Amino acid sequence: MLQFVESRPGIMQGHRQAARPRAAEEASEALNKLQHAPETELLIAVRDRRDKQAFAQLFDIYAPKLKAMVMRSGTPAAQAEDIVQDAMLSVWRKAAQFDAHRSQASGWIYRIARNRMIDIARRDYRPLPEELKIDEPPAEQPAEIMAMDQEAARLRAALDTLPQSQREMIEKAYLGELSHKEITETTGLPLGTIKSRIRLGLERLRHELKDLRQS
Amino acid sequence: MTAPQHHIPEPMMAAYVAGNLPQPFAVVVATHISMCDECRARHETHLALGGAVLESLEDAPVSDAMRAGLFAMLDEPAPEEPAAPKPRGIYPAPLADMVPGDGPRWRSIGMGARQSILWRGKEGSLRLLYIPAGQAVPDHSHNGLELTLVLQGSFSDEGGRFGVGDVEVADEAVEHTPLAGIDSPCICLAATDAPLRFSGMIPRLLQPVFRI
Ligand SMILES: [Zn+2]
Repeated sequence: MLQFVESRPGIMQGHRQAARPRAAEEASEALNKLQHAPETELLIAVRDRRDKQAFAQLFDIYAPKLKAMVMRSGTPAAQAEDIVQDAMLSVWRKAAQFDAHRSQASGWIYRIARNRMIDIARRDYRPLPEELKIDEPPAEQPAEIMAMDQEAARLRAALDTLPQSQREMIEKAYLGELSHKEITETTGLPLGTIKSRIRLGLERLRHELKDLRQS
Repeated sequence: MTAPQHHIPEPMMAAYVAGNLPQPFAVVVATHISMCDECRARHETHLALGGAVLESLEDAPVSDAMRAGLFAMLDEPAPEEPAAPKPRGIYPAPLADMVPGDGPRWRSIGMGARQSILWRGKEGSLRLLYIPAGQAVPDHSHNGLELTLVLQGSFSDEGGRFGVGDVEVADEAVEHTPLAGIDSPCICLAATDAPLRFSGMIPRLLQPVFRI
């Protein structure tokens, strides 16, 4: 994480100057120059080489954040640790499913952890979208992975430059503290950012689907 | 199949990735994503935003004992994963598990229309609806929110035309009269977070009996 924090002056600057117009834009331009996020590389090392050192680094970055997330939902610290341990074990075991063309490490780990939290809280059937049929995953495209990571960095930058009230709303929504009705009513989501990302995500997915259908 | 035109609303997608959507709606969302590339991409986008929120949280330090315990488990054989559900006929994977292998257990709800309840609980209900080609579903309004996803055929109502993969979102203000397309019977997945009440055919008193 340290590495990453050091390479984030753009965000901090953008955050301080949030009152100035175009601060968000400047922050994301600075982030454009960022190198490939180390988290994604770590997860790829875990996936492809079962690299325990890489996993240890991922653990040190994400376990304390996951614990914070689980405790936000009112879970006592000791139980939260059990859930984090369980979620990180899932990260290790399911790493083969990580597709760096479609997700980045933080979003993928967020997904695994939320799913584990639901499974533990309620023993219900948890509906998951059908997986895309990928017989032979296409070769890793470093440029695409980097584009994905830059998008993620831009998203974080946008999050950092949001007014406090909107930012809190986003946090509450993704930490499961708001119902869909409440999210609808507050409309605190930065839809502009989401929309531009959807466009990019869509292009990327179409590209990937095209590759799959050709092979 | 043309790409769906009517999608999952953004707030619902956000609640879905956070794991905070009532069960019947979560099934509709997972089923729609399975049928819609655009929403598959949007789903990933919301997960990325969730990941960004996760990264922005203040660390809550974890114990060394937990860390050591985890690393001791890494070499243990992983328990066998249940096989990922497979799509079957018109039912995408998230739904295929809920529909019996030899087809839904249909019950008549009058005028040739049928329903099959897949799930009901405190959070609402989930059912399949079968509407004969060219026919209307009895006019109804509802207490809560209703999501309807087309699996076969199409229907039209005040909100437009809905083909395979399309989702209609109707809140309690909407009193709509869906009319099935004339080409084939329409089969939909319908989820509510409250019991339906029909304003036409069936007296309200009978609702508990018919479970509608
Ligand atoms: Zn869609």
